[in-house]
Amino acid sequence: MKRLIKNATLVDARGNHGKADVLIGEGRILSLSGGDADEAIEADGLMLAPGFFDPHAHLREPGQEVKEDLESGLKAAAKGGYTGVVAMPNTTPPIDTPEAVQALYKRARAIPGARLYVSAALTQGQEGARLTEAGLLKAAGAVLLTDDGHTNEDGGLLALGLRYAASYGLPVAVHAENAGLRRNGVMNEGPVSERLGLPGNPAVAETARIARDLEILRYVQQALEPTGHTPRLHVQHLSTARGLELIRAAKADGLPVTTEVTPHHLTLTDAVLEGMDPIYKVAPPLRTQADVEALIQGLEDGTIDGIGTDHAPHTLAEKEQDLLRAPFGIPNLEVAFPLLFTELVLKRGLKLEVLIARFTDGPRRALGLEPIHLEEGAPADLVLFAPNAERPVDPAHFVSKAKFSPWSGWKLAGWPVATLVEGQVVWRAEA
Amino acid sequence: MGALKHLLDFTGWEASQVEDLFETAKLMQEVLERPVKKVPALQGFTVATVFFEPSTRTKISFELAARRMSADVVSFSPGGSSLKKGESYKDTLLTLEAMKVDAYVIRTDAAGVPYQATRWVKGVVINAGDGRRAHPTQALLDAFTLTEALGGLEGKKIAIVGDILHSRVARSDAELFSLLGAEVWAAGPATLLPQTLPGARLTTSLKEALSDADAVIALRLQRERMEAGILPSIPEYVAGYQITPERLAWAKPQAPLLHPGPMNRDVEVDGRLADSENSLVTRQVANGVAVRMAVLYHLLVGRNR
Repeated sequence: MKRLIKNATLVDARGNHGKADVLIGEGRILSLSGGDADEAIEADGLMLAPGFFDPHAHLREPGQEVKEDLESGLKAAAKGGYTGVVAMPNTTPPIDTPEAVQALYKRARAIPGARLYVSAALTQGQEGARLTEAGLLKAAGAVLLTDDGHTNEDGGLLALGLRYAASYGLPVAVHAENAGLRRNGVMNEGPVSERLGLPGNPAVAETARIARDLEILRYVQQALEPTGHTPRLHVQHLSTARGLELIRAAKADGLPVTTEVTPHHLTLTDAVLEGMDPIYKVAPPLRTQADVEALIQGLEDGTIDGIGTDHAPHTLAEKEQDLLRAPFGIPNLEVAFPLLFTELVLKRGLKLEVLIARFTDGPRRALGLEPIHLEEGAPADLVLFAPNAERPVDPAHFVSKAKFSPWSGWKLAGWPVATLVEGQVVWRAEA
Repeated sequence: MGALKHLLDFTGWEASQVEDLFETAKLMQEVLERPVKKVPALQGFTVATVFFEPSTRTKISFELAARRMSADVVSFSPGGSSLKKGESYKDTLLTLEAMKVDAYVIRTDAAGVPYQATRWVKGVVINAGDGRRAHPTQALLDAFTLTEALGGLEGKKIAIVGDILHSRVARSDAELFSLLGAEVWAAGPATLLPQTLPGARLTTSLKEALSDADAVIALRLQRERMEAGILPSIPEYVAGYQITPERLAWAKPQAPLLHPGPMNRDVEVDGRLADSENSLVTRQVANGVAVRMAVLYHLLVGRNR
């Protein structure tokens, strides 16, 4: 079956390519100059971009399906314009065996939504003691190893893990926080936490850990040089200006490091905690305006490779506990793009192709995947979005099971209208 | 001060509102001196003490305050340990709301719960201590007691000593005393000091804080601080920060000594001082009932005027 997307304005990481009629068939882009089709999608006034790719989402299956499952998660992703989502392995039990990886892929095949990419634990049970079977995990389809949700306190083990994973071509992602410095902090340590009397998580918990991990990466890179392998380190959910500086310097030095930033660390500061609402409790915590400004700069100049949603769904009842007990995390898949399109592109003048690059090429490259550009022969993993239609965020209408959002009521433009995976429409807005 | 809907902390308060409240507290003191210590002021109102964190003294003080004014009192004490998954603050409060409670006196180990509560219930919310955040009625009774002793707080130097970082009393005291014109100093070991304390000057020097002070408040030291590695030992604390008669002499003559209780004798305060004339600890407890009567009266009756 062939589909024709008519009169769409094409935009990808390389720039804006004007209006075109895009013909799709056999899962690929067949032509950018129209052609005969079985179905036509009128896209006048809409923009067509490569589907978004999220390197960091929590889909909670297996074990915590009450918060989210593959079906609700992958459909939420499709609604958010994502065609690929990396699911984190901190499930119950953790994804740390080839069988568990295969089981997830088997389940996902039956779900019309974004394409699933499975990450596996770096250590067995995510306990930080023994490495997982990187070779068998890779063969089962794992794209990334990480103990996300847990911090890698044992630097020696991280060095071994980076070294071993590199021999199978797998990147290692780290939740860069020093547990000893973080202690029991529930929000950014600073004037706000002190006024509220809440235990603070200082910026140094992140920056000290990033500094350590970059030195470990340098060491492993040198050690592996004779073998021809290269370790790849991906720093998750960067939150501090100083952490960004460290990564910028490391990249300039040629270290194979990539990083991501979340939508919330780009748009909110710890000041929102003044209202004492656990909805804003995230890990790492919301930082200061100076950190936000630095992160936006890092996103613009490419130090930050991409947007990772850190989509972390919970039940409303869990989030309505107090600030000490409520879990960390918010659902992001359905708002990430319109939020950043509105706040960064429309309000701050960030170039659209830069934002698109951070939603597509950057995170794909961090995982060693080819970028997707709008050209003949490219995979038809695409999103159509409406740059001019504004409407408020309404969590009640989320597909995710987590029906709350820090941005509830914010008026945003850039909402996805249709998402296609391999040329198939996996989500389409009701007319 | 009819504009006040809840008592969460002192954000937005004015000194005149505190003075009004203290005038009422003085009337309540007289009530408490009578042979029959009861007035009908809150007849028909229901006050619930909802203590998610155990506290005997504050709870009894609030319940007595409510009963002395003829309110009906119900008490809910689930304790911190029962707050597991499936039980929520919200459900607990909505249950009480359904039973037509008028005022909720809430105590928790978690900062923010009384603030969250105002979003869930229609009744009056009184913060009886939330985590490290605030303990406004303790601050009011401290200020009331100091006003009795010193004739007012304007221009007075008040030293607060001990674990400032983890103390809701220190936060609320500093907020309220500075509102009333006092110069507040907070002293403690470096690991027990926050980076900022609105309304107060911070120092690790006990002598600096106590020198020429008009009054001294010693805070309770939690033994968990040793286990968490924030403080090396009790003897080390005692050597540096215990209030002894010799150190209290740095302050002005007859400077009163307060303590929110319960006191670790010979830790925060030298035992000789605890029972001395300087100590206003039992006066604080007595004033606590009168001040809480005034708070309940203003919030419940003032609201319906």
